Amino acid sequence: MSNEYLIEVEHLKQYFPVRTGFAKTTPLKAVDDISFAIKPGETLGLVGESGCGKTTVGRTLLQLYKPTGGRVKYEGKTIFDAGDVPELDAEGKPIIGANGKPVLSKPVSVNMLPYRKKMQMVFQDPYSSLNPRMTVEDIIGEPLDVHKLYANKAERREKILRLMELVGLNAEHATRYAHEFSGGQRQRIGIARALAVDPRFIVCDEPVSALDVSIQAQVVNMFEDLQHKLGVAYLFIAHDLLVVNHISDRIAVMYLGKMMELADADDLMNSPIHPYTQSLLSAVPMPDPKIARQRKRIVLEGDVPSPLKAPSGCPFRTRCPYATEQCAAERPQLTDRGNGHMVACWNK
Amino acid sequence: MSEHLLSVKDLHTSFTTDNGEVHAVNGISFNLDAGKVLGIVGESGSGKSVTAYSIMQILAENGQITGGSVEYKGQDITKWSKKQMAGFRGKCCSIIFQDPMTSLNPVFSIGNQLEEAIRLHTDKNHKEARARAIELLTLVGVNEPAKRVKQYPFELSGGMRQRVMIAMALACEPDILIADEPTTALDVTIQAQILELMQELQKKLGMAIIMVTHDLGVIATMCDEIIVMYGGRVCERGTADAIFYEPAHEYTKGLLRSIPNVNNSKERLVPIAGNPINLLNMPSGCAFCARCDKAMKICLEQVPQERWVGKDHLASCWLNDLALKEKAEKMQAAGSSNAEILRETGWTKDADGAWIYTAETVQK
Repeated sequence: MSNEYLIEVEHLKQYFPVRTGFAKTTPLKAVDDISFAIKPGETLGLVGESGCGKTTVGRTLLQLYKPTGGRVKYEGKTIFDAGDVPELDAEGKPIIGANGKPVLSKPVSVNMLPYRKKMQMVFQDPYSSLNPRMTVEDIIGEPLDVHKLYANKAERREKILRLMELVGLNAEHATRYAHEFSGGQRQRIGIARALAVDPRFIVCDEPVSALDVSIQAQVVNMFEDLQHKLGVAYLFIAHDLLVVNHISDRIAVMYLGKMMELADADDLMNSPIHPYTQSLLSAVPMPDPKIARQRKRIVLEGDVPSPLKAPSGCPFRTRCPYATEQCAAERPQLTDRGNGHMVACWNK
Repeated sequence: MSEHLLSVKDLHTSFTTDNGEVHAVNGISFNLDAGKVLGIVGESGSGKSVTAYSIMQILAENGQITGGSVEYKGQDITKWSKKQMAGFRGKCCSIIFQDPMTSLNPVFSIGNQLEEAIRLHTDKNHKEARARAIELLTLVGVNEPAKRVKQYPFELSGGMRQRVMIAMALACEPDILIADEPTTALDVTIQAQILELMQELQKKLGMAIIMVTHDLGVIATMCDEIIVMYGGRVCERGTADAIFYEPAHEYTKGLLRSIPNVNNSKERLVPIAGNPINLLNMPSGCAFCARCDKAMKICLEQVPQERWVGKDHLASCWLNDLALKEKAEKMQAAGSSNAEILRETGWTKDADGAWIYTAETVQK
């Protein structure tokens, strides 16, 4: 097994049961068959409109929800397997069993506690993700307590102060409560808490969306600095494409629970292939009047369909200007169009 | 002098709170002409929304306009009675808010709410109002409008709700449409639809739009003129090109450096240091001085006055003030005539030999 990747996600599925009638539930396919991998020290940006399942990907990956299907690997070790992933042979083809069906993986579910030390999360809303009754010292110290990462009180305090310094907070802030801080500073507390256990991987769920423009840059820079210093990998989930492009090495685009395109950040921004990515990029308002005036926006018709009534085949086909019969009949898979530029589309 | 559609002069608005008087807007002035799009940009707490609410006089109970005037077609509407203002809202000037879900009433159908706006300002009967409602929904691109009028807000998506809000605002064909963060709650693809729609309607109906937002991208896409606000004051105002390509205020410069764009994806962002201003604790000088790299002693002590820094371009920064004065002194040393110096810099020497600034001359 190669350990080139820190995190590997294969055919991840997360369905939520939704009551659609009396004694009737329909699965809401929030995440439907998503695969990607993240290298150590790399940032993968995840973008999409609200309701496309990008937050669910982050949470399911950390098993804050139990995945409905798929496999998650950390440093090559399987930490979750629902038992529905086809086993592959050395050439990457599915192994066919004696009954003529593909051999499926064995279900695996490990105790996540040791892995929580390696994988952490920073939440979107710095106002509701910090306990208002705890001091900053206790908020940052809690992961240390849970994982028993200190020998005595003095060491705990020393670790907390070092973390606070790392994210740009002063030592005198330690005894204050979350409400005494501004949005940007609260987000720093949330990041210090995630870093307390010395993780290798952090899921950042819209970490700068709630911040003012002038503060966003401070926090984005801090994420980049911490990555240089600590070599931590990020899954950076956000809807602001310009911010994601700035921080990410690669970007994945999701639509209705499925992945549409995955490519190098520059590649994706400059030459998007999927019609959805193209329209998404053209819709981003550019902070430059000359570019904004010249640009032709590809304005999509209609709204995103309800994930409960997702279209057959390609989920984007109802709004796609290039849709054909094939798009309705069969779902396109992600295929490599060169240089690791993965696209799921029949026509492009 | 030609009359402006809307002319705000030295507007002051403050709120009485338990912690003291909060001066949310401190002397805002601007003019708006028919068919123009004016953008007001700033961070939260910069007073941009309060400016919009002050024009409409829909401030919260503890807020009031404490100074200045808002002139609509030459008449000061801050002196108008409640009844006159009720006629102003909707008919002359409408507003759309950020969150379409909380601004629509959940217990009335879309048609019902649209009709209310129409019947309030016209003498149309129920049937005519319903027909007008359907016409308006068609105008803003809602599909199957005849069916939609019977639906309730929860049955519509965010983008559709915002279209209904726009339809409602346009019900009486106002001269001015104020849009307070109209697309902040929406996804980019829906945002593009709504912005496109607003531009289209503006061309079709010829109304003026005041766009209040923190998103520089939206501002760049939509606006002819821009006002940059910070701490309840205007930092800088001018044409979109002037603000984006020749920013003259340190705050605007900082703001433009701090946002990621297509060209700087591999460079480090340059954030503005410090935290947004606390309006309860305003400095006596420039509101931005605590976060400004180039702050001087005078910035801490005195509020900078607006100076003309270019054609249709004003900024309130002591740096410009000093630069202009220096230029005036240099020109004098080089032997330029007083009239020339005045035209170029706005500074002139009075009888006692002291420099005075006269804005009017540069303006022309």
